[in-house]
Amino acid sequence: MKGDTIAAIATAMTNSGIGIVRISGRDSFEIIDRIYQSKNGKKKISQMPSHTIHYGYICDHDKIIDEVMVLVMKAPNSYTTEDTVEIDCHGGILVMKRILETVIKYGARPAEPGEFTKRAFLNGRIDLSQAESVMDLIQAKNDIALESSIYQLQGSLKKKVKRIRSELIHEIAFIESALDDPEHISLEDYGIKLNQIIIDLTSQIVELLRFSENGELLKQGINTVIIGKPNAGKSSLLNLLAGIERAIVTEVEGTTRDVLQEQINLNGIILNLIDTAGIRETDDIVEKIGVDKAKAYLLDADLIIYVVDSSTKLDDNDNEILQLLRNRRVIILLNKCDLRQLTSEKEVRSALYDIDESKLNNEHENVEQENLNVIKYFPIISFSTKEEIGVKKLQSVIQELFFAGEIESNEEIFLINVRQKAALQSALNSLSLVKKSIEDQMPEDFYSIDLMSAYESLGNITGETIGDDLVNEIFSKFCMGK
Amino acid sequence: MPCVTETYDICVVGAGHAGCEAALASARLGLETIVFTVSVESIALMPCNPNIGGSSKGHLVREIDALGGQMGINIDKTFIQSKMLNSSKGPAVHSLRAQADKAEYSSIMRKTLENTDHLTIRQAEVTELMIEDGILKGVKTFSGAKYYSKAVVLCTGTYLKAKCLYGDVVNYTGPNGLQPANFLSESLKKNFVEIFRFKTGTPARIDRRSLDFSKMQEQKGDRRVIPFSFTTNPEDVQIDQVSCWLTYTNQKTHEIIKENLDRSPLYSGMIEGTGPRYCPSIEDKVVKFSDKERHQVFIEPEGLYTNEMYVGGMSSSLPEDVQHEMYHSVPGLENAKIVRNAYAIEYDCINPRQLYPTLEFKKIRGLFSGGQFNGSSGYEEAAAQGLVAGINAAMFVLNREPLVLDRSEAYIGVLIDDLVTKENREPYRMMTSRAEYRLLLRQDNADLRLTKKGYELGLISEERYQNVIQKEQLIAKEIERVEHVNIGANNLVQRILEEHGSTPLKHGTTLAELIRRPELNYEDLIEIDLGRPDLSYDVIEQVNIQIKYDGYIKRQLKQVKEFKKLENKKLPQNFDYSLIKSLRIEAKQKLNLYQPINVGQASRISGVSPADISVLLVYLEQRNHNRK
Repeated sequence: MKGDTIAAIATAMTNSGIGIVRISGRDSFEIIDRIYQSKNGKKKISQMPSHTIHYGYICDHDKIIDEVMVLVMKAPNSYTTEDTVEIDCHGGILVMKRILETVIKYGARPAEPGEFTKRAFLNGRIDLSQAESVMDLIQAKNDIALESSIYQLQGSLKKKVKRIRSELIHEIAFIESALDDPEHISLEDYGIKLNQIIIDLTSQIVELLRFSENGELLKQGINTVIIGKPNAGKSSLLNLLAGIERAIVTEVEGTTRDVLQEQINLNGIILNLIDTAGIRETDDIVEKIGVDKAKAYLLDADLIIYVVDSSTKLDDNDNEILQLLRNRRVIILLNKCDLRQLTSEKEVRSALYDIDESKLNNEHENVEQENLNVIKYFPIISFSTKEEIGVKKLQSVIQELFFAGEIESNEEIFLINVRQKAALQSALNSLSLVKKSIEDQMPEDFYSIDLMSAYESLGNITGETIGDDLVNEIFSKFCMGK
Repeated sequence: MPCVTETYDICVVGAGHAGCEAALASARLGLETIVFTVSVESIALMPCNPNIGGSSKGHLVREIDALGGQMGINIDKTFIQSKMLNSSKGPAVHSLRAQADKAEYSSIMRKTLENTDHLTIRQAEVTELMIEDGILKGVKTFSGAKYYSKAVVLCTGTYLKAKCLYGDVVNYTGPNGLQPANFLSESLKKNFVEIFRFKTGTPARIDRRSLDFSKMQEQKGDRRVIPFSFTTNPEDVQIDQVSCWLTYTNQKTHEIIKENLDRSPLYSGMIEGTGPRYCPSIEDKVVKFSDKERHQVFIEPEGLYTNEMYVGGMSSSLPEDVQHEMYHSVPGLENAKIVRNAYAIEYDCINPRQLYPTLEFKKIRGLFSGGQFNGSSGYEEAAAQGLVAGINAAMFVLNREPLVLDRSEAYIGVLIDDLVTKENREPYRMMTSRAEYRLLLRQDNADLRLTKKGYELGLISEERYQNVIQKEQLIAKEIERVEHVNIGANNLVQRILEEHGSTPLKHGTTLAELIRRPELNYEDLIEIDLGRPDLSYDVIEQVNIQIKYDGYIKRQLKQVKEFKKLENKKLPQNFDYSLIKSLRIEAKQKLNLYQPINVGQASRISGVSPADISVLLVYLEQRNHNRK
């Protein structure tokens, strides 16, 4: 038996009848023994003969997650030639995800793109002549994963994780520069200061985890904000989209009267739709709260749908909105295209172009973003909520924007979130080790070992590797001797 | 034209810290070796700071010593002050640093070279590599003499096309006004070697008699000195030590510098080389860290028989008159007489990406290189590479397996891997943070890590080897014993615990568990450990560290196991990666450029993604099968 233990969802990520979570590697049986309960509570999967199937429950401690069938395949008689367990569960996205997360909590790690196939190949299970296609598969799956993860992380998570990381690297660099240059930089009383920082960072990560447990992340969707001046047709759009998808997955509680949120499944793409109060400068206090909130949501949005009332001329309200769209991922709908057109694509483009020009002089943090976000290239769609014109086009544009057209990528996108959660958890563990080192009064150089692990784990979320980060931080922030 | 023609096994070009170790290693392995220097008086010269060791550099010296190199032995004979840095921190970052008597160090190294069999010293400037039909034949000197050899080791330091500057004054010399080497770069370029231009700098030297020490803080050495070399008797290094002195720059200093920045060759664009960020000139510090009100200045003696003092922390390339004003603004230096000006030096070196981890050029068989020529900085970094280059040149001639240390085995491994794998755009300095497994790579266990390798190479005597083997056994036996000594909660035990501020026992435990408590160590517990054998200090030290940090050490060992998996997957050489279709374009280009020796090295090249590594693994599997 080779390799650590990996897990993934093996079936399509849709709400279908049956789902399969697959585990492979040397600890597969140990893990399933810890989370599987048979009806009489006595059966141990590890002791069952190969290629048998068992009815029971997947549990996390006392909590039952789902009623399942578990299939055992002992090495070398499995796809990967490793000890393998397949959990057949109910096919809801949430259930599969919960099971996968439980498996990971008990010791597996999320599989890399194409890893089951890679293992099958490296363990001699797949014909050598197929090496080429195996290599292609790995690279292709990875591309999708990368693209989606980058696109998914436009919003708040990435920002928060980046902030935590930059705090971490700053502290590591401080410790390390003191170790490299003890006569110039002192670590006296540093433990106390670091302890406070760790407490703070820990609560930030806990918050992110909690968020991913209950909130947006778990639900997978693309945070989408609908924006537009009053009466442009925002609410109609929301109703239209929600109506297409009959089964509304959730309606988030506690939404204010000004910001309405719904989750819809648009042909396989899950959108968390947020309808905002019409944005315009206002003195009315109640309305002002709604407007401020809308602006805040805009900052965290992965996608902005800007509804333009094409039956009226662009006005100051529209210009105000346009300013908010810099460097964001935006789709513009020219609504009410069934009426007489006073604003066409041409006018909107020219307004966008003006903003783009002024933007050049304006420094912005997301410099790395590509053409997609350059304001003058925003997709513009003629739309009518009343006549339901343009819905198909909107769907395909969203697909293009987020998944480079590849809707099959759902599985990878899904796994990314599981990986993100695993990474947050492991960063949390590392920070608790730092805390323990401080409490045990270990020398300061031990702190940086676990701080670095936390930094590395969080890097997996933002897709950043370590490289020369530390050395660069040391040299740029701390004055070294000689 | 008739000319002198001689034949050797190995030519070493340069006799600085890299060249000396290279030449000694090769000659000690029985190969006829000739070492060239532009001046015999400048053998093992220390043209910058007067110390050896320091954070992580001390580790390098220990490792050089464990492999059979010379630096540790010679600094033990010539140091005038010594300190164990970071002694209040964990054992991984303890680092020895000694102030050297520069002239003595240089002279003892010269004697060592002169008295080594198979080693010839030759004062001459090497101007050309002799390469015929793509095969390296030896070197030519300025006079036209030809030295044939099977391998060549280049350790040219900062001498290639060297240029020293301060203000608008430019001297086309090597360090300390020594003769530069102006021809070899062209010969290298002709052979398609990629050249970088780097720069570094040094502060002024001032006359001790002109200083007012009452305005400075005295910095003494450690009371108990620990030697660098594992072969030095610790009693031999308990000498009378000299002091260093600490003072500070102030606002006035900074104003003088700021007012004259436009006269610095760095800011006027006269310097084109890339300088090291970790060793900034005082003008860099003042500009970059403008919020700092003062910077430390260490006044360090250059030797016992000279009045020259080194002004640590104030290297500069400002004009002479500004230097005077600036140094005089520092408390204690008001009347300082400058003996030698501070200056910046610019020199040619290579892009080390062109080397294998053996330090052999990928494109020129038999050509090795080490030291600042490879884009590093520091005496210790140079010596470490020189040793490896010398050993591997010898292994090449002897047709034996080369020495490659990986990142989990030695700081030397980290140093060389970083140099040949990462994109290096400034002089490279060793730092403990660069070693990801630093808890395993301690200065205290360098002998346990590397002596065996030195012995197998032929650089360590049978006796020394046996001593290490014995030490290893004693440590293992004692750890085993301590893990199994049961300690009951009796009165004596509680009293000892109380004395050391440790919580009393509720029930029995093992001695090892007590040692793991932060406030206790092996030696504190002698009274309650009745069966304790009589062991030497260095065995006790290892037992204590290995038990105390057991948890962390085990974690790193586990990481190393993972790391080794990829390190052990060898990649073919001179391979065309564009043949592997599924690799991304950037990965193909980088892999073709670097030609990594194993998958581990490939994974550290920037621009090669984890998915590319998976693709490589699949490709290797297929390839190995097809070959069977």
